[in-house]
Amino acid sequence: MSRRRSIALACGLFAAVAATQGAAEPRPVPSFAEAVTAANGQTVYFNAWGGDERINAYIDWVGDQLAERYGLTLEQVKLSDTADAVARVLAEKAAGNRAQGSVDLIWINGENFAAMKEADLLFGPFVAELPNFALVDTEGKPTTLIDFTVPTDGLEAPWGMAKFNFIYDSDRVETTPADAGELADWAAANPGRFTYPAPPDFMGSTFLKQILIELAEDADLLQRPVESAAQFAEVTAPLWTYLERLHPTLWRDGRVFPTSGPAQRRLLDDGEVDIALSFHPGEASSLIAAGQLPESARTFVFPEGTIGNTHFVAIPFNAQAPEAAMVAANFLMSPEAQAQKQNPEIWGDDTVLALDRLSLAQQALFAEIPRGPATLPPDRLGPVLLEPHPTWMTALEEDWRRRYLR
Amino acid sequence: MPLRPLIALRLRPFPASPLALVPLLTLLLFLVPIAAGLIGTWLPAFGFLPNLGGTRFTLEPWARLLNDPALPGALTATLVSGFGSTLLAFALTVGFAAAAQGTWAYRQATRLLAPLLAVPHAAIAIGIAFLLAPSGFLLRLLSPWATGFDLPPDVATIQDRYGLALALALATKETPFLLLMLLGALGQVQSPQRLATARSLGYGPVTAWLKTVLPAVYPQLRLPIYAVLAFSLSVIDMALILGPTAPPTLAVLVFRWFNDPDLALRFVGAAGATLQLLVVVAGIALWRLGELLVARLGRRWTAGGARGGSGRTARTTWSGSLFAVLTLGLAGLLVMALWSFAGRWRWPAAWPDSLSAATWSRQLEPAMETGWTTLLLGLAAAGLALLLVLGCLEQEQRSGRRPTRALWLLYLPLLVPQVAFLFGAQVLTVSVGLNGSFTALVWSHLLFVLPYVFLALAEPWRRLDARYLRSARCLGATPFTVFWRVKLPMLLRPVLFATAVGFAVSVAQYLPTLFAGAGRYATLTTEAVALSAGADRRIVGVYAFLQALLPLAAFAAAVGLPAWRYRRRRALQ
Repeated sequence: MSRRRSIALACGLFAAVAATQGAAEPRPVPSFAEAVTAANGQTVYFNAWGGDERINAYIDWVGDQLAERYGLTLEQVKLSDTADAVARVLAEKAAGNRAQGSVDLIWINGENFAAMKEADLLFGPFVAELPNFALVDTEGKPTTLIDFTVPTDGLEAPWGMAKFNFIYDSDRVETTPADAGELADWAAANPGRFTYPAPPDFMGSTFLKQILIELAEDADLLQRPVESAAQFAEVTAPLWTYLERLHPTLWRDGRVFPTSGPAQRRLLDDGEVDIALSFHPGEASSLIAAGQLPESARTFVFPEGTIGNTHFVAIPFNAQAPEAAMVAANFLMSPEAQAQKQNPEIWGDDTVLALDRLSLAQQALFAEIPRGPATLPPDRLGPVLLEPHPTWMTALEEDWRRRYLR
Repeated sequence: MPLRPLIALRLRPFPASPLALVPLLTLLLFLVPIAAGLIGTWLPAFGFLPNLGGTRFTLEPWARLLNDPALPGALTATLVSGFGSTLLAFALTVGFAAAAQGTWAYRQATRLLAPLLAVPHAAIAIGIAFLLAPSGFLLRLLSPWATGFDLPPDVATIQDRYGLALALALATKETPFLLLMLLGALGQVQSPQRLATARSLGYGPVTAWLKTVLPAVYPQLRLPIYAVLAFSLSVIDMALILGPTAPPTLAVLVFRWFNDPDLALRFVGAAGATLQLLVVVAGIALWRLGELLVARLGRRWTAGGARGGSGRTARTTWSGSLFAVLTLGLAGLLVMALWSFAGRWRWPAAWPDSLSAATWSRQLEPAMETGWTTLLLGLAAAGLALLLVLGCLEQEQRSGRRPTRALWLLYLPLLVPQVAFLFGAQVLTVSVGLNGSFTALVWSHLLFVLPYVFLALAEPWRRLDARYLRSARCLGATPFTVFWRVKLPMLLRPVLFATAVGFAVSVAQYLPTLFAGAGRYATLTTEAVALSAGADRRIVGVYAFLQALLPLAAFAAAVGLPAWRYRRRRALQ
């Protein structure tokens, strides 16, 4: 028996004893060099929302690159809702599974991250070990460190930037609404031509939050946790009044809702609605290139600002291959992978990197990316509104369900 | 020494072979997960699941379930779609069999049955969703020239509040099943003689069938109808595609609770799953009551002496309805296949702007991988099921006993709603470390594959003329040789057909794949359902097409192989 294996065995025994005693020691975080060595031959089960085949194709490409460069296998477990994977990790913890988890890497942000962090379901902090993290624009893009008001504390690695926007068919919409009020007016003037995905789909929940930030009397309250049911009712009252007015003018009279953002984009392409929601400013161009939206599709935002956030990858505490997951997370932040991702012909998801920290050759990768016909130039994207604290989102989803899922 | 084998046959008792254990083993393989699954769902329904902190019994999950705002709407949609589809499928089956017996349409319909039967539910639902949607194919054919619609009308023709579209799709899938079961049963009740008698007494053909054949054949149709009803009341994959969304049907609601990150909702989900079981039990009881009622009222009608007319109108109506429904299912598949080759295809064009193989060339690699998993899983489950069924039937024949009553338990998975025990079964597989393994996955499929294999193989196996077997034994063949050299070759056709049925059932599984596979194994069905929610319809087309192709290929092989193998032995073909 080699020394290494006996150490591993001892660790395993220790872990078993610790598990039976209920005292879960956090697993040690290897250095990146150690992680690369250990990653060879490992398999990373990457639990990522699988509702968009362009993103799936990009993850396939990442898998090929990782296999070639590090000899590891990346398997995407396509989720319909990230919460499924969070629930699975939680169930595994409840069942005492501490190192044989079914999730190695998870695409995450917001309330799912907050829930996993809160319940000690995350491995790390590991992000500081990743060499490419030094290239991330943590000053210019503060949401790479603060996820929906919750500090990331090195438990999740930034992957991409999202900013809420609307995709519309310019053949059918002449003047685009400039704020929530105008949107409701437009919907009333064009009954049946607008809708939003049913929360808890993240696109639908984001729509609610966007409206709430605009209509709440004191939007700063949203940056802190919900204090009480009474406070929640008071702060959100304008939102529900707004929805009462909006819903009868929606697609299917607000009695049927699309199940997801992509479902609504398909309705836009089918001509059933004229406006869809998006989280990636480059998405409309990307979908035109993929033949999934008409050439006349364009993007608009509210000039006063729309919600922006960062999406991340994290490693569950009981991942089977945390080393390979670290290597994968690092590669996702690499200039090559980030530039590939930003190309609207691939995905159109904005980078988390600070371009001035890259080499000239790496900067050239980004300079070559075509912007696409439907993408707004950066100066017309409007200010970024910060995500509310996750407790607001959970409460909003619950209240929405109580009011409209009947 | 011509007498020796005979004497040996009589004197040598059958050795106690491991074969005797097969029926027991089969039942255990079934009853353990179902019983454990039901109990593992009932306990949390009353608050008990120590892993999640539920250590005492309480009615709180039930209170939360019954107070849920979505429940009334969900129950309504469940009942309307469940009973609506079963009634429709039953009416179509009986109406068609009564009205169209012996016609050209009757013979043609039976040809359309097999492909529709083979194709997974999800593929049918995906196709029908695109046919019926307000921006879908049927309205594209007619717009704007006939309908005047420049834009798709804002009407919920799919995902409607009451699940009517879902009911129609379910009926499309269930009618072929019921019709096939009916055709099989007709052979056993001397229907031609009954009809001839009634006709000679002056009864019209349709009335004669309804008055003399239906009462005799219904008992054999009962189990399939209950299975259809139970399935329709608890289906998930089709409801995700075609069912209402706000609120969804009960089964989908429960499914969402089981997947919610808020683990406290598992308890509510368990209560909902138990309610789902109650709904099915009550549904079957209600149907049984309906049977009694119809039988009572029908007896007077039967004895009333009304002769009925020529049945010409009935023939046209029922044949037309049946073909409309069968065509709907098949056309949906064809249109999705067309989508997989489409360039741009927007409303209101009735045909794509261009055709290309681009989607296929991009999707083939990932689809092949998923296809392999589906294929291996299907072959493993169907192969295992075949072994067990052959073992059970062989044991039954060798021991000379009538089929044991216990074997009826095999049909349990067809009557108990999946969502009512899969959560509990998952708790079981987690605790023995099997969750997410291929073994657990095959096992979970086996639960649903085996009953159908048994259903398909039992009759032909029992009907094989025993004199062949006796002759073989007389010639000195051991029981195994008889099995291997006589029975299997003679019954190759039904054996392969049953395997193909089992394979098709495995390909169609959605919920068991998700629960037992822990999300790690993607099959064509799980992919197709996930993609159907919003992905590029061209890619949905690829998966729906492959999903339909795999079982169809299996059926083609089941028909083609014996024909090729016995090309020189016509009687065996």
